[in-house]
Amino acid sequence: MLIYAVLAVPIAAGAGAAVIPWRQAVSWAAAAANGAVLILGIALAAAATRRHLPVVAGGVLRADALSAFMVVVIGAIALLASWQSARYLNAEITRGACTGRHATLYTALVQGFVSCMLVAVLAANLGVMWVAVEATTIATTFLVGHRRTSGALEASWKYMVICSVGVALAFLGTVLIYFTAQHATGHAAGSLDWTSLMAAADRLNPGVVRLAMGLLILGYGTKVGLAPMHSWLPDAHSQAPAPVSALMSGVLLTVAFYALLRFKAIADGALGPAYPRALLVAAGLASLAVAASLLLTQRDYKRMLAYHSIEHMGLIALGAAAGSSLAIAAVLLHILGHGLAKGVLFLASGEILLAEGTSEIAKIPALLSRRPVLGGIFGFGLIALLGLPPFSLFASELNMVRAEFAAGLGWAAAIALICMAVIFAAVMAHGRHLLLGDAAPQGRREATPRVVAVPLAAGLIACAVIGVSAWPLQPLLHAAARVVS
Amino acid sequence: MTGSAYSGPLGLAAGAVLACAVVTLWRRDLRAIVSVLAVQGTALGITAALLAAGSRDIGLGITAAVVLAAKGLIVPGLLRRLVRRDPGSRETAPLVNVPASLIAAAALIVMAYLAGGKLTALAPGTAARLAPAGLATVLIGFFMLATRRKAVSQIVGLLLIDNGIALTTFLLTAGVPLLVELGAALDVLLVVVVLRVLATTMRARLGPFDLDQLRELHD
Repeated sequence: MLIYAVLAVPIAAGAGAAVIPWRQAVSWAAAAANGAVLILGIALAAAATRRHLPVVAGGVLRADALSAFMVVVIGAIALLASWQSARYLNAEITRGACTGRHATLYTALVQGFVSCMLVAVLAANLGVMWVAVEATTIATTFLVGHRRTSGALEASWKYMVICSVGVALAFLGTVLIYFTAQHATGHAAGSLDWTSLMAAADRLNPGVVRLAMGLLILGYGTKVGLAPMHSWLPDAHSQAPAPVSALMSGVLLTVAFYALLRFKAIADGALGPAYPRALLVAAGLASLAVAASLLLTQRDYKRMLAYHSIEHMGLIALGAAAGSSLAIAAVLLHILGHGLAKGVLFLASGEILLAEGTSEIAKIPALLSRRPVLGGIFGFGLIALLGLPPFSLFASELNMVRAEFAAGLGWAAAIALICMAVIFAAVMAHGRHLLLGDAAPQGRREATPRVVAVPLAAGLIACAVIGVSAWPLQPLLHAAARVVS
Repeated sequence: MTGSAYSGPLGLAAGAVLACAVVTLWRRDLRAIVSVLAVQGTALGITAALLAAGSRDIGLGITAAVVLAAKGLIVPGLLRRLVRRDPGSRETAPLVNVPASLIAAAALIVMAYLAGGKLTALAPGTAARLAPAGLATVLIGFFMLATRRKAVSQIVGLLLIDNGIALTTFLLTAGVPLLVELGAALDVLLVVVVLRVLATTMRARLGPFDLDQLRELHD
């Protein structure tokens, strides 16, 4: 029952937003719906940790601890992002850059986007999961181009073409898995159900699974933003409106990674862990190297955040490569921590863009002395993202590295640490200029509205609380990790 | 899974899908390319229909009808309207010229047959033996996407990849479950609609353009 409710609430909100002419109340209602998703997700997670939930809707939907965890992540970041959307739309309309019709389209598409991600993580059938992931691309393309500048249009074209090709390859991979499952199980009907594929994993043809897994990592990896298929990501994330960037960077990337985790579990069963591990390590290290080299020279803070996402996806790929139950639990904690921190940072960057009118780091010195609250949130967000305590990313990165050493991937972890050190230095340098810089002598202090500051601060506090106590997530993380390891 | 009576026409239809892919590399006139795409979509639908008739599979029959409508009619229709508004629309300066493209296509087809051997070994049968034609179509689609500079050509490249994957799916597995097929067909349709809107908006803003002109965003 809960599964239906989780899907029905955002879909209904989206349908409502599509027919009711936009005013601020519509955006608040959408935010309330996403808040309801978060609460329902927590209830679903509590239920899924305790017992097996039945498959519903004719075998199409199911929830285990892993999907319930992803619902919680999606709900949390969607709540933050749609809360901030009301303010973004209001500002755009006041500026004359956006009409009520565009605001309606925006709100409906964001709800559609959130619903597609929820379907993707709640799908029992890997084909349905694929359809939902492809649908997220369709829903977000117009959102990326929402500002309709030539840069935004270019970014959305690249995004659509590159991600459609990538996801098409993932479909080919899915089909090949289906093909070998047909032969393994001996009946022509076959099945794309994850549970029955897992049960038949050791009978799948290794050659075909190897080919399929390569295509899947290439395909879903494109949506995750793993190098070398990452080229769309900095453009799309920097051009999209801030709340959309927060959703795309905070959850969409990791929803695609969730798909990889499901397939990796099947491939581990069919081939043993060595082959998927090699692919993930290669993609992870490449992503870290790309992020490190390009972060050094970034001049735009939104692009800086985008490259930072590539780094974190690389770290997650390495963690998943280690594959032990400890590693997967750390990967999941990292998914949540990165989602919260990156979501808050993108939303804060939207507020900075609104206040300062530019996204170039060089043109915004000494933010902290001029806008203490906003600067403070941005600063703490960067600290969280760089993996410093007390935020949860510190704990998850530590555990991932430990798991990598335990799995014999110490060399990869060492390379990753070197890249992280470079990134740390680069981001610190950019952050120092942006936040401290040469303080403007007669700069007037400007307050940040509470409606913006409170939710962002709450997101960071949540990230810190999880980091310090791991409460109340421990049982959920372990149950979720057991599903795929 | 296929009766021998169907294997001849099946080979013809699957071959037509691949042949259309090669022709899209050969022609420069975008209107002609869109027509070829319509023929390819129809051939793809016929392939599915033949397989459905051979195995008396109702789900696959429905899929065949949907493919015929979506890829034979609706998608080419959408593209045709995009091309018509841009008179004299030709792929004037592809990054790789036409003769070299055709040689590359031949090489890609050989590659697809070499790579497909692993799959056909697993499922001996007329249908599966044709599967490399689908893989070759996918590779030609990639080539088109990488070397052509018009927005419409890129959409065509994307659709070649998609049609190639659909052909492989039909030949290897007689189609994935109906719900997934329908979802996939709807997704392709929406992708084309979205890209069409984007291309129209960009043209309104920039005039007739090559994708090379889009280089505002870089590091």
